Amino acid sequence: MREGNAPSVVVRDLHKTYGNVEAVRGLSFEVAPGECFGLLGPNGAGKTTTIEILEGLLAPTGGEVVVLGRRWGRDDQAIRERMGVCLQQTVLSEKLLVDETVELFRSFYRRGRAAEAVIREVELTEKARARVGTLSGGQKQRLAVACALVGDPELIFLDEPTTGLDPQSRRQVWDIVNAFKAGGQTVLLTTHYMDEAERLCDRVAIVDHGRVIAEGSPMHLMTSLGGEHVVEIAVREDGAGPLTASAMEGLPGVRAAHAEAGRVVLTVTEPHVAVPAVLERLRAGGWALSGLSTRHASLEDVFVSLTGRHLRDE
Amino acid sequence: MSEPSRARGPAHSTDGREYTRLDAFRALCLARFRESYREPEVLFWGFVFPIMLSVGLSIAFRNRPAETLPLAVVAGARAEPTAAVLRAAPLLRAEVMEEEAAVRALALGKVALVVAPRADGALEYRLDPSRSESAVARARADDALQRAAGRRDPLVNTVAEVREPGGRYIDFLIPGIVGMNLMSGGMWGVGFNLVDMRIKRLLKRLVAAPMRRPDFLAAHLTMRLVSMVIEVSFMLGFGHLAFGVPVRGGLASVFAVGALGALCFGGLGLLVGSRARRMETVTGLMNVVMMPMFVLSGIFFSADRFPQVLQPLIRLLPLTALNDAMRAVVLEGARLSALSSSLAVLVIWTLLSFTVGLKLFRWS
Repeated sequence: MREGNAPSVVVRDLHKTYGNVEAVRGLSFEVAPGECFGLLGPNGAGKTTTIEILEGLLAPTGGEVVVLGRRWGRDDQAIRERMGVCLQQTVLSEKLLVDETVELFRSFYRRGRAAEAVIREVELTEKARARVGTLSGGQKQRLAVACALVGDPELIFLDEPTTGLDPQSRRQVWDIVNAFKAGGQTVLLTTHYMDEAERLCDRVAIVDHGRVIAEGSPMHLMTSLGGEHVVEIAVREDGAGPLTASAMEGLPGVRAAHAEAGRVVLTVTEPHVAVPAVLERLRAGGWALSGLSTRHASLEDVFVSLTGRHLRDE
Repeated sequence: MSEPSRARGPAHSTDGREYTRLDAFRALCLARFRESYREPEVLFWGFVFPIMLSVGLSIAFRNRPAETLPLAVVAGARAEPTAAVLRAAPLLRAEVMEEEAAVRALALGKVALVVAPRADGALEYRLDPSRSESAVARARADDALQRAAGRRDPLVNTVAEVREPGGRYIDFLIPGIVGMNLMSGGMWGVGFNLVDMRIKRLLKRLVAAPMRRPDFLAAHLTMRLVSMVIEVSFMLGFGHLAFGVPVRGGLASVFAVGALGALCFGGLGLLVGSRARRMETVTGLMNVVMMPMFVLSGIFFSADRFPQVLQPLIRLLPLTALNDAMRAVVLEGARLSALSSSLAVLVIWTLLSFTVGLKLFRWS
């Protein structure tokens, strides 16, 4: 019952208040069918509250939410039949076997996929007859994703799907999500890992203090910095005193500069033009270079330029 | 929802099966059953512990043959003939002692009675009136000495010995342990388990799926009833085979009382576990609810032993009602119609706890 290209998720002016704490304050976005959309932000930004409202687990204080063309409170069962959910840190029953767990979740959906096929897809076939309690953290997370997929959903919600996992397990989860996307289904995920958002998401909303502060494709957001590259420079303390951001402004190729933890971070369009100019400026000013690095701009840089803070700052 | 409109690669094809609400209910029951019987604690507390308890208590409180009681005869001129009469009497063991030693032996509980024969033929008994064996020893000793001195009993009497199963301590105990098991099984199996699932956010995960919430709770209770049948059969079977404890009532009545008990304590478990988000909270609540019943409700000894003023209160406790009903059915073969007051107490607790528990219940 997909109506043309009606959005899979619509959030308008969402508010959620706990006592006198405003967790979500006027958040809006839309997710198109087949899209992978990410809510990126630091811990406490309101991402989990938002996704749990979308999952029908929390009631909003204000605003409008439409999921798969339906609203919570009216069509709950119909929405649940068509969505898959992977909560942040669910501990599945340790005494059940992997296949028993997936079978149990399969039984809740009228139509769905064979447990065996889903287990194969998340690469747990070898562990199908193992107790959930014996799985590693990464295997447990893949099992949680399997439980989200077994109802053959049109839309899945993944709340911090790789938090706390080792790099290899993270890549395995990413592969599963990419395979799901390739089937044409919609994904909404939250994360505080910029690399995860860059790698998985077609579009990202950067969330801070319960509001969307920027939205677009990762590439679009990164280029919105004015440059796609970042140059970080540090100078020796015994030179001509601390380096200021203003000393670097206006150089060829440098779009923006800010000081950060003893370094100056520059956003540049063309490193091969900017770097010689920077070195020349340092020499002229009497600073002695102690460190220089260049890299592609990341969503982290977008977040820093918007908020002055890092994503992982607690 | 028209299936073909959803573009799918071959990897995403459905399994072609259509599951009903009943399938989900069955899967929930099965999962619950597997979870509980894979939990070593459940097997221990449900089966091993009650057996240990009943064996241990049956040894400690076995019906012993009448005990031979030791007594002291104070040394003196008439000590030996007195002691000779007492030694010949059944169930007494007499020893001649100096007065000082005899008094100390009585004080230390080594003898139950001191007999001091006086020169004029009179007897003096020294005993501790708070010790029942002293009174028994005095009666036996006095009886033997008076007869030896020529007393003739005016009434002819005979003794008929009755040793019928049903009146022993173990007979009293086994239905009590069945009741205790139903209480702990319901409270822990439902209440603690729900809180555990809430803390692990498993409840939240389940309600994010199209699982019917009432079916989830119904599956929990259904599995309590199944466990009840297993546990009650096991315990009564063990009592019967190991100790010859009779089961005089019909099995239908036994399981009907058991089912009501399981539902009642399942409901109380639900109530206790309806909101708690911490293990400490639910464990504390469990103890508050269960401890008074462990003591007052007649598991190990009759609730009648408590003072009269407490009796109306004790009769209102669900475990008292369950134990009374279970004992009446198992030991006396009572019919359910004869147990209306106990059953009414159980029904009221069941309704009350479900009504309040479901109202307070939170899934996250």
